[in-house]
Amino acid sequence: MIVWNTSVRLWVQLQTAIHVTCYHSADYQRISRLRTNTKTTGERLTQHEGIGAVELKGAVFTLPVLKLHCTDLDAIEHELKVHLARGLSFFKHAPLVIDLELIKEQQGEELDLPSLVSTMHDMKLFIVGVRNANPQQAERAVTAGLAVLKGGVTQQEGAAEKPANAELPVATTNIPFSGHTKIIYQPVRSGQQIYAKNCDLIVLSSVNVGAEVIADGNIHIYGSLRGRALAGVSENTKARIFAQVMEPELAAIAGNYQVFDEPNASRLYGKAAQIYLDDNQLVIAPL
Amino acid sequence: MSRVIVVTSGKGGVGKTTTSASFAAGLANRGHRTVVIDFDIGLRNLDLLMGCERRVVYDFVNVINEEATLKQALIRDKNDNNLHILPASQTRDKDAFTEEKVGNVINELRDSFDYIVCDSPAGIEKGALMALFYADEALIVTNPEISSVRDSDRILGMLSAKSQRAIEGEEPIKEHLVVTRYSPARAETGEMLSLDDIQELLGIDLVGVIPESKAVLQASNSGVPVIRDEQSKSGQAYQDMVSRFLGEDIPMRFLDAEKKGFLKRIFGA
Repeated sequence: MIVWNTSVRLWVQLQTAIHVTCYHSADYQRISRLRTNTKTTGERLTQHEGIGAVELKGAVFTLPVLKLHCTDLDAIEHELKVHLARGLSFFKHAPLVIDLELIKEQQGEELDLPSLVSTMHDMKLFIVGVRNANPQQAERAVTAGLAVLKGGVTQQEGAAEKPANAELPVATTNIPFSGHTKIIYQPVRSGQQIYAKNCDLIVLSSVNVGAEVIADGNIHIYGSLRGRALAGVSENTKARIFAQVMEPELAAIAGNYQVFDEPNASRLYGKAAQIYLDDNQLVIAPL
Repeated sequence: MSRVIVVTSGKGGVGKTTTSASFAAGLANRGHRTVVIDFDIGLRNLDLLMGCERRVVYDFVNVINEEATLKQALIRDKNDNNLHILPASQTRDKDAFTEEKVGNVINELRDSFDYIVCDSPAGIEKGALMALFYADEALIVTNPEISSVRDSDRILGMLSAKSQRAIEGEEPIKEHLVVTRYSPARAETGEMLSLDDIQELLGIDLVGVIPESKAVLQASNSGVPVIRDEQSKSGQAYQDMVSRFLGEDIPMRFLDAEKKGFLKRIFGA
């Protein structure tokens, strides 16, 4: 009972928003474009004579999400204090998003958003918006000066919290998996990008440095992987990357990425290996 | 049936023009009617290496713009009647190139030559793309260093995506690897990439290895393709390269460092 009575759970979205946003669309063109855009992180306010006082730019941020399990403000406050006392101080002054998913269908007492905002403000937590709100909640959020965020990523909650009947990630079931496999017979060379939309990708040769292979499904490389490989880009966390010679510049699964700028970091570097996602961590294992 | 061969590399300064000049001279020397075209508009060098810069009257751009006929622009080599040069323009820019116009010139050349060698400029801009567009075969010139190999890889990607053969889905361009400025001693010590490394990275057939040699610079300065310097290792290596290109099976030479003396071998370098 203790676990499920927990009124507040905190977790940080481990995935960087860059990848979350970029690959969600499964749209190859957008991937490249967004990637370029996201290079400009942080906002820039410039004020030049004759140019204009403001500049509107897109930027992508990673925000902690606070998921509410009940509407009882006292319980929320109490539990947050416990969490903060436990050393989650890096949330201090952090912009937070409130996830209302678990209480949007709840009957009974409505969540008092303005009070929640001020309570959390006292704890140096700044709510910037809500997500998964029902129409009434959305309306009240706007009144309370909060943004209503749409969509975002359906984040899995970490292994400890996964009940046996854990839902599959939404995207996994939604991918219109075509069943066919994209096969590349030639080396994928520097500057080339291959995207296997809604399917697995097989490369019968090598993926060279500076090349990029992307798939909504798994990626199999029967030569050397020396470039970048991004599998399961439509949030398919079950996707894997296999290579006869694993020497990637970057490997990513469902937006969780790792750069390999120190080849000696893994003893499997240069060997036949696979990469998969376990509890939001990329794992390299021998083949 | 004439063949169009592009000599390209991506990176600059690796020896494209030197290789173009020697390759064309080698083909001509064996009795094939050969023309070598300088695609490096604005930075023409080929005519210098071929020793005919003072005989340039009309150039490739003049022909493209129909200001001169091919006959007027082609320069015949002093020493070899089979060899012709179509020089680049020093004053125009590469905007003169269009696929159609370059195609017309190459088609006209096909009538009178067996081999059309296209000396590509460095980079992956229009000039380089034009040089490779009509190619049937490609000599990929690479130095044994990582940036050169990377750029060659990029150009190989272009060949398989941006050439006429690729676009029209014909048989792909035949790719040959030429490693220039190779120093066996430095490859042995790991200072340079080894031939195996380069081949492993690029995955194409090796047609020639040209050792680093002073003869190359001397030949360039005197306007004679180094292949004609039969005493030099580079000249001999280019001869071998031409033979291999023409289908002969010749073992690679000049791959081993010169043997050290007995005492040096015992006491180290």
